[in-house]
Amino acid sequence: MRNWSGDYWYLIENLVLKDFKIRYRNMSLGVFWSVLNPLVMMSVLWFVFTRIFPNRVPHYALFVMCGLVPFNVFTICWLNGTTSLIENAHLIKRVPVPREIIPVAAVLGNCLQLFAQVLLLLFLAAAATGIHRSWIWLLAIWPLEVLFVTGLALMFSALNVYVRDVRYVVESANVVLFWLVPIVYDFRWIPAKYHAIYAYNPVAAMVMALRNVLLDQTAPAATLLLKATLSSVAMFLLGWAVFRRLRPRFYNYL
Amino acid sequence: MNSQPAVEFRQVWKTFHRHMGQLLLRSHFKRLLTWKDSVERFHALRDVSFQVEHGESVAVMGKNGAGKSTLLSLVAGLVPPDRGSVLVQGRVAALLELGSGFHPDLTGLENIHLNAALLGFSRKQTVARLEQIVDFAEIGDFILEPLRTYSTGMVMRLAFSVAVNLDPDVLVIDEVLAVGDSGFQAKCFDRILDFRRRGKTILCVSHAAGMVQRLCGRAIWLDHGELMLDGPIDLVACAYEGYGSAG
Repeated sequence: MRNWSGDYWYLIENLVLKDFKIRYRNMSLGVFWSVLNPLVMMSVLWFVFTRIFPNRVPHYALFVMCGLVPFNVFTICWLNGTTSLIENAHLIKRVPVPREIIPVAAVLGNCLQLFAQVLLLLFLAAAATGIHRSWIWLLAIWPLEVLFVTGLALMFSALNVYVRDVRYVVESANVVLFWLVPIVYDFRWIPAKYHAIYAYNPVAAMVMALRNVLLDQTAPAATLLLKATLSSVAMFLLGWAVFRRLRPRFYNYL
Repeated sequence: MNSQPAVEFRQVWKTFHRHMGQLLLRSHFKRLLTWKDSVERFHALRDVSFQVEHGESVAVMGKNGAGKSTLLSLVAGLVPPDRGSVLVQGRVAALLELGSGFHPDLTGLENIHLNAALLGFSRKQTVARLEQIVDFAEIGDFILEPLRTYSTGMVMRLAFSVAVNLDPDVLVIDEVLAVGDSGFQAKCFDRILDFRRRGKTILCVSHAAGMVQRLCGRAIWLDHGELMLDGPIDLVACAYEGYGSAG
């Protein structure tokens, strides 16, 4: 805001570390919990989709993991980003920090925490198919997902200040999304007429790109990356615009 | 150093909406369906104009709900005015609800870094003042312990120490001189006086009349959001007390 001129990075670093330290300081197993959850999910889905409904996807456990990790990053960042302004209301009402830093720091903090899941995924991939130079593409696709979810977090955190039900909408959307992102199934099984729905969904694109890289060891399709880039940048700009628009009256509603 | 005033209010209006449970979807719908405007407005500030020069100390007087806190929030940049303009030169440190940026699970040291970052300081600037902050707060080795192990007095002392030692240009004080024991209060007061001696600007609200009169040369008096009087503190305090007992 007007009166705040300071060191953005130092502030973001402090806000991110705050969340991280608070979450893990009182846990004896710490980051282990964030790795346990996808492992359990992976085992259950592997059991259901290989033993009950058999399919012929090779490395099905890794296949599912390629869906679960980006999905978790997306849903956790989106939900925590959405509630971040309300949870930091005491800061917003007392310190003139630039408001957009709050949801951005929430997203980055959760990314830091979820980095353990990404490492787990890479570890499983290395064990199953080996490390390959196509992995370099990971450096392009993860930032796209973070950019996309940051846009969503900006937009929904601002909306959540005015209408507190928004967080429940986000929670429900995440449940639905689990089935609309190719996590348990392969994109190639989807009838062609529905492909358009998936093409611009960066979470689905993320899953497909991860599978290209980690399972097929090839570069993701250029059109896929292009569409994901377009929708991520568009989402970020839209989120930013909505946030700027709603920001002046946050104080009255917090 | 600067011809512009440290703080300038030009015909500032600030209106707040009292939203009655309006934050839920249900009431948003209800409002749409019934066309009834359930929003109750009240003017926290009405057409307020004044200037504070660099190095001046000004007290804000008025009853509860007169608009004092709103005025300080505008100076601190927490809310924009609805009409008019608020201009502030330099870095503001607002001692509003001390320690509101603190978290009980973080150590004293981590809280100092967090709060300094919130106030707009860089790591370098913070580290340079670290020793001074810890010394002033009289916390000692507790600085590496989580804040929840502190007494209330210790938390307040640390919060005050952070805000004052970061050396802002404008200090905004809202009823916070009730910090710690009387020895520490005297120390805080000394620090604020020292702050004034170095030509910094102070805006404060306090019901402790004696303290305010020692600190500030000038006062403004607000009543129901309107600026009633602006002048030397003795005069304004006298008028304010007279008005209170008469009305």
